[in-house]
Amino acid sequence: MKKNIHSMNNPIRSLWNNKTRRTTFSTYAVVIVAFVIMQLLDSAGMLSYAMRGQLIPICVYIVLAISLNLVVGISGELSLGHAGFMGVGAFVGAVTSTALQGLIPDATLRLVFSMVLGGIFAAIMGLIIGIPVLRLRGDYLAIVTLAFGEIIRNIANNLYVGMDEKGLHFAFLSEEGLHMSDAGKLVMAGPRGTVNITPIATFLTGFILILITLFIVLNLVNSKEGRAIKAIRDNRIAAESVGINVMSFKLKAFVISAILAGMAGALYGLSMSNVTSVKFSFTTSIDILVFVVLGGMGNILGSVIAATILTLLPELMRPLADYRMIMYAIVLIVVMLFTWSPKLKGAIEVVTGNLKEWLGKLTNKKEVGTNG
Amino acid sequence: MAEYSKKMVKVPTYSYLREQDADKLPVLDVRNLGIDFGGLTAVDSFNMTIGPTEISGLIGPNGAGKTTIFNLLTSVYQPTRGSILLRGIDTKGMSTHKVTRMGIARTFQNIRLFTDMTAMDNVKVGMHKDIKCSFLSSLLRLPSYYKAEKAADKKAMELLEFMGLADVADVKAGSLPYGVQRRLEIARALATNPSVLLLDEPAAGMNPSETAELTEQIRRIRDTFQIAIILIEHDMNLVMNVCEGIVVVNYGKIIAKGTPEQIKDDPAVIEAYLGKKEDGAAC
Amino acid sequence: MAVLQYLINGLSIGSIYAIIALGYTMVYGIAKMLNFAHGDVIMVGAYISYCVMIYLKMPPVVAILAAIVVCTVLGVLIEALAYRPLRGTSSLAVLITAIGVSYFLQNAAQLIWGVAQKTYSSVVTMESVHLFDGKILITGEVIVTIITSAVVMVCLTLFTSKTRTGKAMRAVSEDRDAAQLMGINVNRTIAVTFAIGSALAAIAGVLLCSASPALKPTTGSMPGIRAFTAAVFGGIGSVPGAMLGGILLGVIEELCKGLISTQFSDAIVFGVLIIVLLVKPTGLLGKQIQEKV
Repeated sequence: MKKNIHSMNNPIRSLWNNKTRRTTFSTYAVVIVAFVIMQLLDSAGMLSYAMRGQLIPICVYIVLAISLNLVVGISGELSLGHAGFMGVGAFVGAVTSTALQGLIPDATLRLVFSMVLGGIFAAIMGLIIGIPVLRLRGDYLAIVTLAFGEIIRNIANNLYVGMDEKGLHFAFLSEEGLHMSDAGKLVMAGPRGTVNITPIATFLTGFILILITLFIVLNLVNSKEGRAIKAIRDNRIAAESVGINVMSFKLKAFVISAILAGMAGALYGLSMSNVTSVKFSFTTSIDILVFVVLGGMGNILGSVIAATILTLLPELMRPLADYRMIMYAIVLIVVMLFTWSPKLKGAIEVVTGNLKEWLGKLTNKKEVGTNG
Repeated sequence: MAEYSKKMVKVPTYSYLREQDADKLPVLDVRNLGIDFGGLTAVDSFNMTIGPTEISGLIGPNGAGKTTIFNLLTSVYQPTRGSILLRGIDTKGMSTHKVTRMGIARTFQNIRLFTDMTAMDNVKVGMHKDIKCSFLSSLLRLPSYYKAEKAADKKAMELLEFMGLADVADVKAGSLPYGVQRRLEIARALATNPSVLLLDEPAAGMNPSETAELTEQIRRIRDTFQIAIILIEHDMNLVMNVCEGIVVVNYGKIIAKGTPEQIKDDPAVIEAYLGKKEDGAAC
Repeated sequence: MAVLQYLINGLSIGSIYAIIALGYTMVYGIAKMLNFAHGDVIMVGAYISYCVMIYLKMPPVVAILAAIVVCTVLGVLIEALAYRPLRGTSSLAVLITAIGVSYFLQNAAQLIWGVAQKTYSSVVTMESVHLFDGKILITGEVIVTIITSAVVMVCLTLFTSKTRTGKAMRAVSEDRDAAQLMGINVNRTIAVTFAIGSALAAIAGVLLCSASPALKPTTGSMPGIRAFTAAVFGGIGSVPGAMLGGILLGVIEELCKGLISTQFSDAIVFGVLIIVLLVKPTGLLGKQIQEKV
């Protein structure tokens, strides 16, 4: 409307009146405030050991959830292989960091370098997978991405990487195949996963990665590319009919998502001394998908919040001991039923409506009381 | 409106008065077009020549193959035989989005809007190729992004105003009333800056006053943008009122061609619509 | 000769995949949802039969029947409580709920039966058969599995083509709204589908654990995914497709393990699946759906 153009005169008001800008702003604000609070709590020594251990994984899962939301929520393609890209990033990151230990002594710089390389390899994987697979639709795309994730995991599970003074050695199936010198040490040991890794990931790098992810995804969504991607999701045939190259945009979303997942994977791989390929099976892909759906399709802030809460939930429910995972399952089912079932939704509205009415009566009575 | 047309009108080098269309190269030249679906011939030997600013009608009974012809023109289907020349260029083998970029835009019989996006964004998606700003500059929010977006907003708003949709710019397309959705679809098609606009049953589901308004609007689109329009329509009043030339198809073949007056009295047309009768009543 | 041995083993494991895949494909065809919890129903079936045999000291036949009854009831309950309220909403919402149900079943099993792996005693008492001077070994389990699967498939085919309920199922999968207008009780038909699928899962659970006796709460998960893959491979929604897909997947897997590499069998099996889907995007026997413009 005209109103929009006029309100440009007042920059602050236009910033707040524009709905997309408002969501963008609040998304950044929530993430930054949460980071500051966690930092303060941590420096005050108020975080339990288990909680501190969750800080980097939470960052990792937030980035994974946002990047998967780009594919599932915004591009509208069901992908069940997101953990595969995370795995590529984790293993590439771990190998890179070990290989560069002598060359780049500074841990932060090495971490950044490893994450970038993890992202690049995940991007290559994303291209290899995306080009043939994005032609498929719906459930077929889901199963093929799942299959690709499992293939990546299967290969990583049999990959041996070692390093000696001559450089990196790669082999499949056995350590002997590496032919390392005596000084050599293992980096990846097949089913045993990464070994001898110096954990260099920090909460701060995780936080910065979240900010970068938000910056890329939010800017992408609110641009002509983002509009094209959403248009394809809403109506592929109509999008084609207004001159949009469907494959090219689906691929863009898919590869960007893979890059971010690869970087998050590298951060994850370098946050602990040992990571096995089991971590990157379809169960993890599904966990990330749960974050996305519970947070709301296409809702970036929702992904951030859902990833945080659901990563912490099993931790918070520790007092429930053996019952915590089953409680998690029940919470998941109940939340899905209440947020999606038309009947239950109606029931909630009735209840909240009654509550409001009741509250209204209560306040009215008070007013009457004061008047009298 | 005058100031507006200066900005929006595409003034191609071959721009001229409509009366002179016949002397100029056609914008669209369809030759001997045909398509088979697994042995079944849906369209056969279809010929059509459209002048650069002509409004023509494509009519025929249900299932005659009209929408299939639109799908062929927009490369949703690839023809089995014949060729489509758009400003002299054969569109054979091109994908839909390429054909659109070359200048054919369309609307759909069963409305296909981007339902989760606002009316404004629907139009802006249509303007995609004309928003000049690289992928990197939108990711990094460089000044060129803001410049391009601002220009796009302005142009999209002008288009919405032109179609009488300015007050629903921020409303989600899916929640708009039916008639408004149809107009928004036309606005989105116009946003692609076409030289040929294909309208698939634009008046379907509209009441008489809405249809009358649409008739005016179709003329206004042609006059303002100086483009050719082909419409599929069952509302004979609309077709006879607005079209300068009419093609009638039945069973995928042309059964008559001519001006509205000629078509009205054509026995083959009357037979196709009303079945064989001794004395043909008017449609 | 070795190849023949792999083929027989593949046929056996493939038949189990086929039985599980039937559950996936029927539910998909009729309720248009991916029932991710199907694999865990297999696990429940295996545990029930185990308990009846070990704790109640009942003969295997009773154990199998008990497993079938429990799983059937479980399947119908899951459908009524978790899936029916979401019918008609986003398919992704149903998928996530199914994942929740899967977690629930796995963790419930862990609470009831513990994390520790149990050793399942085979329900088959038949002697192994040696052919070609002992070069080929066919275990009793293999024979029973193949015969059971053949019987199940024949029965199911007859059921869907001959009985009233079977025809109703086909009608619902073809066009739910039209079927409803024709007076078919859609809710009941979907419930019956879940009942049949879950009964099949119980049989598959018993056969699976008889062949490889390790029983733990996550036992059903991997065969479930494999069978889901098989269903897609054959063309999801198609009953003959699920049978073909299951058997082919089993045979390919065993041949891979025997001839190429045990470690890379997962990658190879999934690789074949991807190639098939890229060449034939709706699976081997799936219907090509042309989108209308």
